[in-house]
Amino acid sequence: MSTIREHAPSTPGNQRTPPKESRRKRRGMGETYPTWFYIPSAVLYIVLFAVPTFASFYFSLTRWSLFDIEFIGFDNYVQFFTEPMLIQGFMNTFVYGFVTSALKVVFGLALALLLTGSILGRGYLRSTIFFPVLVSTVGVGIAFKVLMDPFDGLINQTLATLGIQGPGWLTDPAWALMSVALVDVWKGVGIATLIFIAGLVAIPQEYFEAAKVDGASAWQRFRNITLPLVQPATATVILLSLIGGLRSFELIWAMTKGGPGFTSDVIASVIYKQYQAGFYGLSTAGNVVLFLVVTAIIVPIQYILNKRQVEQ
Amino acid sequence: MNSSRTRRALLAAVGVAALALPLAACSSGGDDGGSGATTITFLTSNQPVDVELAERLIEAFGKDNPEIEINHQTQPAGTEGDNLNKTKLSTGEMEDLFYYNSGSLLQVLNPDQTLVNLADEEWVGDLTDAMKTVVSTDNGLYGTPLGASQGGAILYNKKVYDELGLTVPTSWAEFEANNEKVKAAGKTAVIQTYGDDWTSQLFVLGDFANVAAQDADWATDYTAGEKKYADQPAFQSFLNQQEAHDKGWMNADFASATLDDGLRLLATGEGVHFPMLTGTMSTIQQNYPDNVNDIGIFAIPAEDAADTRLTVWLPNAVYIPKTTEGAKLEAAKKFVAFINSPEGCEVQASGATPAGPFATSACSLPDDVPPFLTDMQEYVDSGNSGPALEFLSPIKGPNMPGILVEVGSGIRSAEDGAKLYDEDVKKQAQQLGLEGW
Repeated sequence: MSTIREHAPSTPGNQRTPPKESRRKRRGMGETYPTWFYIPSAVLYIVLFAVPTFASFYFSLTRWSLFDIEFIGFDNYVQFFTEPMLIQGFMNTFVYGFVTSALKVVFGLALALLLTGSILGRGYLRSTIFFPVLVSTVGVGIAFKVLMDPFDGLINQTLATLGIQGPGWLTDPAWALMSVALVDVWKGVGIATLIFIAGLVAIPQEYFEAAKVDGASAWQRFRNITLPLVQPATATVILLSLIGGLRSFELIWAMTKGGPGFTSDVIASVIYKQYQAGFYGLSTAGNVVLFLVVTAIIVPIQYILNKRQVEQ
Repeated sequence: MNSSRTRRALLAAVGVAALALPLAACSSGGDDGGSGATTITFLTSNQPVDVELAERLIEAFGKDNPEIEINHQTQPAGTEGDNLNKTKLSTGEMEDLFYYNSGSLLQVLNPDQTLVNLADEEWVGDLTDAMKTVVSTDNGLYGTPLGASQGGAILYNKKVYDELGLTVPTSWAEFEANNEKVKAAGKTAVIQTYGDDWTSQLFVLGDFANVAAQDADWATDYTAGEKKYADQPAFQSFLNQQEAHDKGWMNADFASATLDDGLRLLATGEGVHFPMLTGTMSTIQQNYPDNVNDIGIFAIPAEDAADTRLTVWLPNAVYIPKTTEGAKLEAAKKFVAFINSPEGCEVQASGATPAGPFATSACSLPDDVPPFLTDMQEYVDSGNSGPALEFLSPIKGPNMPGILVEVGSGIRSAEDGAKLYDEDVKKQAQQLGLEGW
């Protein structure tokens, strides 16, 4: 050790780090606060996040009945992937995630355009669109379950007065998932609108004035000014609603419980059903899979969207 | 330098302690003081029928035992309750007494490890042999029946049967013919209520006594993984359900109707056949008291009339977890004995009419019973009844309701459904650690 140190000063090209100075520097950077200041949050983090996360990786490798634990390696994962409902659950999750995400972007932007325009009662209308976001998801689910009842529900009774025979919104396998997705959009579009309003307001008016002088039509102004400049907001909305859509559970559970049968099951409800059935190890494995899948989808999307933002 | 480091360590320790203290406080829950009286807790589901029965029992018990106070606690029924029970038992937080299913669901609770063995109690001799089996393991007997047994059968409207001149079918072909006649008369032949998905299981679960009549060892072989639902005779029940849908026997709103809707159809005669548990008769009694005498039952018909048997569910039972100790255990045992005493039986027989015969000789049915009970008694007395599968085998696949909703809604074929259910059963068997899976 000592010889190296003695040597070091004599070879300037090799002088990577003057040890003492850099250490002091790093210390100075890291320690905005003394060590004890970090301990409470570190303990909380370890007890409430780190330990359960690693425990869940372990439990996903066991057959666990709460009374007994038997280590079975990757059997749970094999079982989970041969689960017949899982393929459908995956499909449904993606359909649900992308449909709700896309509709929230479209409706959110349209509503934001309306609500940034000079219209009567703008403040009131802005808050109204946000109300559904504040209501409990389960409450919304139960309310719409009643409204969407194929025979006594308000929606189909209204359609009936117009001479239209409405579908079994939640009981027809072809409709069930889409019906829930539509309710999800209704409930969540308020947040998307809010983000878009913030994005739209930030666009300087000068661009629009200049474009008008140059004779750009309304569509051209929207296409060439609003859309590109609202991009950061769009990215946020897509990301948030996609994450929300992929791990959606409460609304589906409150409205259909994945039914009729398993036709509107998503990954989260498949996992919950395993848990309900007492397959604790299996459902933990499912959650690990869900975690990996969501990460695998979100990370590249975030990367792409952020890159685009930087390029601008 | 040195002193500041100690101070830091000290502060850190204080910080950790400040965090840990409230956590620790959670675990040392308050307990009863030494005020002479023993207070114990009794857990049931929050179903109105259970709540009402528990409260009347506690009241009657309190009259004779003023020194014991019983607190009634409730929790949701169904799979949510199953999970709560498992969690409470494994963490030692279970109430002093609890009311829960016998048979396969009891086995999942790991009774040898978690429950107090009651095999040496005086009342055990009164239980019927069938009842003893379903609250026992190889090592002990853990529960006492509360409530009556019930049948899984076709509840039918006798009035409409008289009007249309129908007779009770004993074979599936006769049942088919009856259904066609009912349908021709513009009524619903078979009521299904998939809004409550558990109600979809009766065609299959209620057919089991017929399966056992054709193959006495079916349940044992099934537990060993040798018999499957995808093969006859058990497969027939899946076919039956599919047929009910394909032939248009069902009510138009089957996909969204709830159990209460179904019982209304049956009581008013708009619907004629409802494969259901006789336990639901208490709802008809409550909501349509004038129609109770219009309702009768018959066993779900087998292909061959000679195989038709009534499938019977044994009563749920009251259990004491091992965490109940000392004076509380004595008090809990007293309450359990009371349930099996003449006074306890009186409480059980009054109120809503029992759904079937009792499972202990200490209790007997009242003299004046509605027709559905007389019908049921006939099957039992003539030996044409048998226990449901969940009392003969510990395995029941958790996805059965969903699979049968799909079969009954025409989403999945009977063949597919039965195969899928066999897969579901495999998971449960592995979870239970059974041999041969």
